[in-house]
Amino acid sequence: MVGTGWVGFALPISSMLTNPFATSSAFPVRLSLVSTGLFLGLFFFLPLVLVFGVSLASRGLYGGISWIATWENYQRVFDPLVGVIFFRSLLLAGLTTLVCAVVAFPLAYCLARASRPWQLILLTLVMIPFWTNFLVRTYAWVLIFRADGILNSLLIRVGLLDEPLSLLFTDVSVFVGLVYGYLPFMVLPLVATIERISPQLEDAAFDLYASMGAMFRHVLLPLSTPGFLAGGVLVFIPTLGAFITPYLLGGGQNMMLGTFIQQEFLVARDWPFGSALSFGLMGSVLLLWFLLARTSVGKDPS
Amino acid sequence: MKRMPSSFILVSLLVMLFLYLPVVILIGLSFNASTMGVAWKGFTFQWYEKLAMDRAILEATVNSVVIAFVSTGLALVLGVGTAIGLETRHGVQRAWVNMILLLPLVIPEILLGVSLLMVFVLCQVHLGFGTIIIGHMVFNLPLTIVIIRARLRKLDPAWEDSARDLGATSWDVLTRITLPLLRPAIWGAGLLGFTVSLDDFVVTFFVAGPGSTTLPLKVFSMIRTGMTPEVNALSAVMVVVSMLCVGLSWFLQQRSAPASSGSSYL
Repeated sequence: MVGTGWVGFALPISSMLTNPFATSSAFPVRLSLVSTGLFLGLFFFLPLVLVFGVSLASRGLYGGISWIATWENYQRVFDPLVGVIFFRSLLLAGLTTLVCAVVAFPLAYCLARASRPWQLILLTLVMIPFWTNFLVRTYAWVLIFRADGILNSLLIRVGLLDEPLSLLFTDVSVFVGLVYGYLPFMVLPLVATIERISPQLEDAAFDLYASMGAMFRHVLLPLSTPGFLAGGVLVFIPTLGAFITPYLLGGGQNMMLGTFIQQEFLVARDWPFGSALSFGLMGSVLLLWFLLARTSVGKDPS
Repeated sequence: MKRMPSSFILVSLLVMLFLYLPVVILIGLSFNASTMGVAWKGFTFQWYEKLAMDRAILEATVNSVVIAFVSTGLALVLGVGTAIGLETRHGVQRAWVNMILLLPLVIPEILLGVSLLMVFVLCQVHLGFGTIIIGHMVFNLPLTIVIIRARLRKLDPAWEDSARDLGATSWDVLTRITLPLLRPAIWGAGLLGFTVSLDDFVVTFFVAGPGSTTLPLKVFSMIRTGMTPEVNALSAVMVVVSMLCVGLSWFLQQRSAPASSGSSYL
């Protein structure tokens, strides 16, 4: 049950939170509303604010934080070595989003227009990897890409290769891992959007002698924009800050923002610089997320 | 179903293959007798036997289950009430509340990890089970709320209204009408939260301390320190367990709420 500390904390606040619209709720409902607010405030929003605070501090002598205000950490972000990592992250995230959109659309269309039992089965099949262990699924690609892995031995057996190619720890392996990991994030919003487009609109286009291609270009794709937007943000944001994929499939040479931040925090022990990087990432994430909220997607949450 | 372009069906099949082939390969290799590489050297159960004997893995499993159980339980206790509260409040701006609630689920996990780590270290909180449970609740709580709210929106308000018309207090309505109607969604959200907590790596990686190694942390260190076929077996077990949990959770939510799509998750 709820820790007694929480109850003690939440009681006075919840009694403040009464009229005008709380009268219809039972007391435990109000209590959990307040506790949830406190919990997320304390362990989600406050930590993010702290990241900003620490990003303006200096690094202590032995890796701690010394509270001397400085812009230095943000100036270091413009270092060319750091710039390469930023650029790679943006490029990989953008490319992943693009490829996910192209690949996910046909599947989403089939799913949205499939008859009932099929729809449920296919949807479940797309859903399952979405919530299945990410670390382990990425590790499966290590087995495929390794020098003595599945792909190399297959290519050698077929005769396309004479000796193993180094596929692991390249930008290509990271890219494939990212597409694999985040593809379902694109499929699900697209399905939701296409489902709401009336099939009669497609028929109307055909009645007006539109070819299949013209129908897609002029009817279906424009109407699917909200799905592409939501899916795009849902793919782009986590890929930009991905950690497991670039760590396992990219190694030390092909760092992305996520692996770089982890290194600054746990290896280099430069928390202020790590915080500046994190805040840069966070800022772009929040910007994208609230831009999405302003579009129709955010106004009609499904 | 009509006029489905055949190229679309082909792409869909390839995408499905892409999504599942790596997992199938992983499971297949966990039965491979070869100690090195991927060449097939015969069928064996020995990696699973080794796994069952490994004390460290057993310990990590217990840790993971305890953490998942506690964090999911607490998330349910708070999340169900919050979801009900958010749905009954007419004044709440739904879209904005949604965007804020979903934020912990979309923000890159590494940000949750490092920011929590800094808070805990600066407040001199001992890193261990407690901090991991808090970390998991940060995403488990919004997840629970989103799922319960999706179910609440499909409930007929007439149930609650008629109970109120018959003189039920708000407490009666909650415990005798709303909660029983929500039961399948609560089970579904609980199972999903349990799986996500059991599987979490990134947040756990940052806020774990010595002695609180979870299963994903164990897998990670096994991958890093030289891959043995034992990792394949452990990974295969984890994938299968989480697939079963997710499938069951999905089923529980669908059974009582027909005509919905994947959108209920996002």
